[in-house]
Amino acid sequence: MSRIERRFAALKSAGRTGLVPFVTAGDPSPDGMVALLHGLVAAGADLIELGVPFSDPMADGPVIQHASERAIAKGVGLANVLAWVAAFRETDAETPIVLMGYLNPVEMYGYAAFAEDAVEAGVDGVLMVDCPLEESHVLEPLRQAGLAQILLASPTTAEGRLARLCEAAAGFLYYVSFAGITGAAQLSTGDIAERVAGIRARSKAPVAVGFGVRDAASARAIGEFADAVVIGSALVDRLSGAASAEDAVGRARDFLAPIRAALDAR
Amino acid sequence: MTEIADFHAWPDAQGRFGEYGGIYVAETLMEPLAELTAAYEKLRNDPAFIAELDRDLKYYVGRPSPVYHAERLSKHVGGARIVLKREDLNHTGAHKINNTVGQALVARHMGKTRIIAETGAGQHGVASATVAARLGLKCVVYMGAVDIERQKINVYRMRLLGAEVVPVTSGSKTLKDALNEAMRDWVTNVTDTFYIIGTVAGPHPYPQMVRDFNAIVGREAREQVLEQFGRLPDVITACVGGGSNAIGLFHAFLNDRDVRIVGAEAAGEGIATGHHAASLAAGKPGVLHGNRTYVLSDANGQIVETHSVSAGLDYPGVGPEHAFLKDAGRAEYVGITDDEALEAFHLLARTEGILAALESSHAIAQAIKLARELPKDGLVLANLSGRGDKDVHTIAAREGIEL
Repeated sequence: MSRIERRFAALKSAGRTGLVPFVTAGDPSPDGMVALLHGLVAAGADLIELGVPFSDPMADGPVIQHASERAIAKGVGLANVLAWVAAFRETDAETPIVLMGYLNPVEMYGYAAFAEDAVEAGVDGVLMVDCPLEESHVLEPLRQAGLAQILLASPTTAEGRLARLCEAAAGFLYYVSFAGITGAAQLSTGDIAERVAGIRARSKAPVAVGFGVRDAASARAIGEFADAVVIGSALVDRLSGAASAEDAVGRARDFLAPIRAALDAR
Repeated sequence: MTEIADFHAWPDAQGRFGEYGGIYVAETLMEPLAELTAAYEKLRNDPAFIAELDRDLKYYVGRPSPVYHAERLSKHVGGARIVLKREDLNHTGAHKINNTVGQALVARHMGKTRIIAETGAGQHGVASATVAARLGLKCVVYMGAVDIERQKINVYRMRLLGAEVVPVTSGSKTLKDALNEAMRDWVTNVTDTFYIIGTVAGPHPYPQMVRDFNAIVGREAREQVLEQFGRLPDVITACVGGGSNAIGLFHAFLNDRDVRIVGAEAAGEGIATGHHAASLAAGKPGVLHGNRTYVLSDANGQIVETHSVSAGLDYPGVGPEHAFLKDAGRAEYVGITDDEALEAFHLLARTEGILAALESSHAIAQAIKLARELPKDGLVLANLSGRGDKDVHTIAAREGIEL
């Protein structure tokens, strides 16, 4: 059983909804990144999505794009991201980490080299935003190495594709709750509850729901029907103003605590 | 090097040109792209649609554009005959209208009421605003803040045509960032919005669709050259940014194996300086804007900022079909510097009375080089893809002249 599978199995047996925070690697502070990852766990994270900065994040909104730009300006690259994961793993062997990003940085690193180094560092899965199932042959070396290829499903996903996604899902299936970019629009939870229920019934893997979750109330509403809730832009936005690495950890804790409580109060 | 039996048989069913192209987009766009592919596949084989498009190209765009033997330029160069395909004479002044007329018709057939587009030099933005006005569709054009500054006249033209021009301030504030922003708009407003991509990049079916709509350039030119000169050219050339005018010219000639094909990329201040936009000559295969192609990126895989005196060539990727033609050895891609392009601009102006766009001036510079390599009865065909009126301020500023 993989680390991701163990974590979701534990959540299920405890009757809890998973909390999955997203942070951009290297933002707000490259030096404070490992401390921030531990801080997320202390604040209740069950799994961490770590964004790999990319210059042209087509599917992301301004908040995550700006976080990416800040990290790139500080010279953050894939090698740094892997080093931070390895350092995090020295004292946390249980919290799964999924890298989220775009193909070109991995392409330039080399798929085989990346697969080997990511596994060595302790990465559990990879979500390549611009790599749909149809093009995922390029990720074969990653799958071979034991990395879960996290797939996305969205409100625009047609039935036939959805069936294929449910079949191919590894680790968890990430349901994008609305058609748009990260950090946009409000959620209408009623609309997506039914859709997610349908996907959960068919998917081999658990279903995490993200895009538009911004606070305790929206997280709790989503938590009613999802295996896990992903929080990205709202957290990245909160972290962006941090004055120091310690401040970033404090901000993460203050932001995630009420969300964790809301999910656990179900 | 792969042996390709028929260059007209691409892309394949997955939208790939060999290992290039494809559909590298977020899940949300998969279904809209599938719908677009289905709609386009139906329309491209529909005689009524083809007739409608042909009518627009003839009476609205002004096709066919002539092929013109630049005799004084050829004589001045002292080599082979240089022949120009005059896309600068089209309505709106460039080849871009061929594509926007076609895509706007597809948009209307799909029942879309809002057009979005990205633009670099502003030619595609103007061509999109033009067809949107004509069909009564709302039009929003995304344009990098840097490009807005250096292409003020085209920005104003778009506004005169009723389009909203949205400045893009992220990243390098140029064409690639405008494309990101347009893609985000499309993801969010996909039900009523049609995204007219201006070059042969983006996810499938765009590289195919944009090529198909521009391929009339090469089809006409091939016939016209045969008619006027009784034979095919020895070599054809065009400038390559994203590569739409180049693929438009090249496509009809791809299976004429004796016709040499040379694309002129923007070498900016020289490829060795790093200040250029020569994705094919100096880049590596990667993934950008929905397709696999040659890209200019750094060791971390970040797309780098490019440089060219011509905004329309200032792009760090290139259409996947060009990547395919390069690897197959069917086309060569070489760099033309800013200085060489400007020299060609002036030479064409003085010898032929034609102000070429700075983009097209790269093709002229390349044609001059090629003509020098050939005997006097040789034949070089270059795509004069757009007119230079929009660049007059840029050229004056560069040469220290205040207007």
